[in-house]
Amino acid sequence: MEENSRMDIWFSQMDTENVKTSVRVDKQLFSAQSEYQRIDVFESQEFGKMIVLDGEIIFSEADEFIYNEMIVHVPMAVHPEVKKVLIIGGGDGGVARACIDYPEIQTIDVVEPDQLFIDVSRKFFPETAKGFDDNRVRISNVDGLRFLRGCQAEYDLIINDSTDPFGHTEGLFTKEFYGSCFRALKEDGVMVYQHGSPFYDEDEAAFRAMHRKVYQCFPISRVYQASIPTCPAGYWMFGFASKKYHPLTDFDPDRWNQRKIKTWYYTTNLHMGAFMLPKYVEELLEEEENR
Amino acid sequence: MDKNKQTKAPVYEALERFRKKRVVPFDVPGHKRGRGNPELVEFLGEKCLGLDVNSMKPLDNLGHPVSVIREAEELTADAFGAAHAFLMVNGTTSSVQTMILSVCKEGDKIILPRNVHKSVINVLVLCGAIPVYVETKVDEKLGIALGTEIEKIQAAMEEHPDAAAVFVNNPTYYGICSNIKEIVKLAHERGMKVLSDEAHGTHLYFGEHLPVSGMAAGADMAAVSMHKSGGSLTQSSILLCGPNMDAEYVRQIINLTQTTSASYLLLSSLDISRRNLALRGRESFAKVRQMAEYARSEINEIGGYYAYGKDLIDGNSVFDYDVTKLSVYTQGIGLTGIEVYDLLRDEYDIQIEFGDIGNILAYISIGDRIQDIERLVGALEDIKRLYKKESQTMYCGKFIQPETVLTPKKAFYQKKEPVELSKTAGRICGELVMCYPPGIPILTPGERITEEITEYIQYAKEKGCSLQGTMDSKVERIHVIKEQNGRPFRS
Repeated sequence: MEENSRMDIWFSQMDTENVKTSVRVDKQLFSAQSEYQRIDVFESQEFGKMIVLDGEIIFSEADEFIYNEMIVHVPMAVHPEVKKVLIIGGGDGGVARACIDYPEIQTIDVVEPDQLFIDVSRKFFPETAKGFDDNRVRISNVDGLRFLRGCQAEYDLIINDSTDPFGHTEGLFTKEFYGSCFRALKEDGVMVYQHGSPFYDEDEAAFRAMHRKVYQCFPISRVYQASIPTCPAGYWMFGFASKKYHPLTDFDPDRWNQRKIKTWYYTTNLHMGAFMLPKYVEELLEEEENR
Repeated sequence: MDKNKQTKAPVYEALERFRKKRVVPFDVPGHKRGRGNPELVEFLGEKCLGLDVNSMKPLDNLGHPVSVIREAEELTADAFGAAHAFLMVNGTTSSVQTMILSVCKEGDKIILPRNVHKSVINVLVLCGAIPVYVETKVDEKLGIALGTEIEKIQAAMEEHPDAAAVFVNNPTYYGICSNIKEIVKLAHERGMKVLSDEAHGTHLYFGEHLPVSGMAAGADMAAVSMHKSGGSLTQSSILLCGPNMDAEYVRQIINLTQTTSASYLLLSSLDISRRNLALRGRESFAKVRQMAEYARSEINEIGGYYAYGKDLIDGNSVFDYDVTKLSVYTQGIGLTGIEVYDLLRDEYDIQIEFGDIGNILAYISIGDRIQDIERLVGALEDIKRLYKKESQTMYCGKFIQPETVLTPKKAFYQKKEPVELSKTAGRICGELVMCYPPGIPILTPGERITEEITEYIQYAKEKGCSLQGTMDSKVERIHVIKEQNGRPFRS
């Protein structure tokens, strides 16, 4: 009987024109069009609550920890002293929440143009959005490029948590953006950014272009990976771009382990492994480096 | 403008009715709603191919409109405040050329600034009208031609009281407007017609706080590039007439050269765009104006660049400025406009309208989003960081006004010979030479080439401008008039 009472409603994310990831939905909790994007919130059996922007799952209760841990702990285990952090995008608050575990961080600037996205996250994901309530966090509702303009040698760590190289945040996957980050970072600053997925043909070009642009812009540019079920192909990449520190040779596992930060995905062993990439990905990256 | 009526789009509505009827085509085009060309359907879409149809009774005929096209033209005239409007399918080039062919015959004089689009010079070759150029003031720093000064155009009218028409850029590519109201007054007092080239001025008819449009200023004809700031498909255009033009005669002129297979894709795009502008143009262009003003202040904040605007206004050679234009002087960071234009495209995936020696122009329109403006500004800032050169003595590349020796038609049909660019100084040019874009000729047929001009062409080539117009595709040789005893050869 219980099985019968469940509705047969499915949300499908189009990974490509020919592949979709479908999640059975219990109900839709919210839907609105903001100035920037369409925002939907669904309740699902498998992934819990999910937030969907322009038809793409950005965040689900079941797997958000993977993304947030990987984009924060990896650079934090490399850079010896991060005081000022800039998060571009990050309207769900998950990245900010992962940052507040570090006492040496003095300020966390979150630059998210879409206030509605923040409001929706606060309402439906209060656990995650509590990252916004830390008194070190400052939120700015402006475009990322706009925020960075004129910004010089200010940050130790910049995290590009914006969503999509094809949506309204496409400006945050460009040479001008990476150049602006380079300028805004201190001389030993690090930038991490979500690097998309290299698997499907349609995404491959964007993946290549991103690496090419960052590689030309920063002296150190490495890519690492994680397995995230709601991402296209379940496989997601991150970029580590840095002026001074190498993600493996300057990696200090003991220092990080002493912090005793509770994680579900990240470990210092996994840190090393995440930079060991499949052959086809290595080749894509090398091709762009040798261009 | 009757806003109620403007909700109609007769051509579009007729096409919708036609589509639903599922008429079996035994007429052209031969692709038959795309069935004969599946690859094209795949590429352009079924709907697009299905609407690519021929003139027929329910869809009217552009060459002789009596129903839906006529209605669409009437609505267009009403929307633009004109006595009559023509939907044009052969580019604003055809609108500009129709204006001149409608008021000038062989041997008639036309008073015009030299910084006109090449279509103007080309039609002078066709019709044999005689250009009387008004000396145009040049902004020495920016290297661009400004508007027409009233005293100078008045002097030209007094010197040539028999001139048939006066031609005005409203605005120029860079956004500069002359005092067109005063020019109309002076011209009409002398029985001359005023033709307004509004290839870059569609929005003047709908936006607020913008320079006056040709029709509002009393011009007799205006060529309006709907496909630029108006949002219609490339190659579609509008020709407007004031009350003193004989519209049926103008139609005859149009039909001299217009295709008899006018594209309904273009016509419907004009119809839908006109409706959109009439209903929502004011708000849309307010947004465009805001975006351009924002970009201007942000770019000026970077330093090195100079995004000019209303500060250029001097009441005469710059009577007004179209603030929707985003023109930026780039030599302050030691780079030519064309270099910045190339960097934006090759390194930042940003395509702007054009770069010349000193400036770039980014076209802001109803399709732009603020985040794209942020990208453009961010890229300009990054270009300064990565590519800035110490300000060297750069060739300022200013606009040069050559001496006219022969009329364009005479020169064009004269016996000519190809001569290496560096050896052409002193000779009379027999063809057009220009950078495209902007498409304003550096040399026109009948003009005396000077060393300054050949140096300019050489410099523009070195900096990567796309030079066009000459028979020699590489623009290494220019066809000049053959000479006999130091005089133009008489055939």
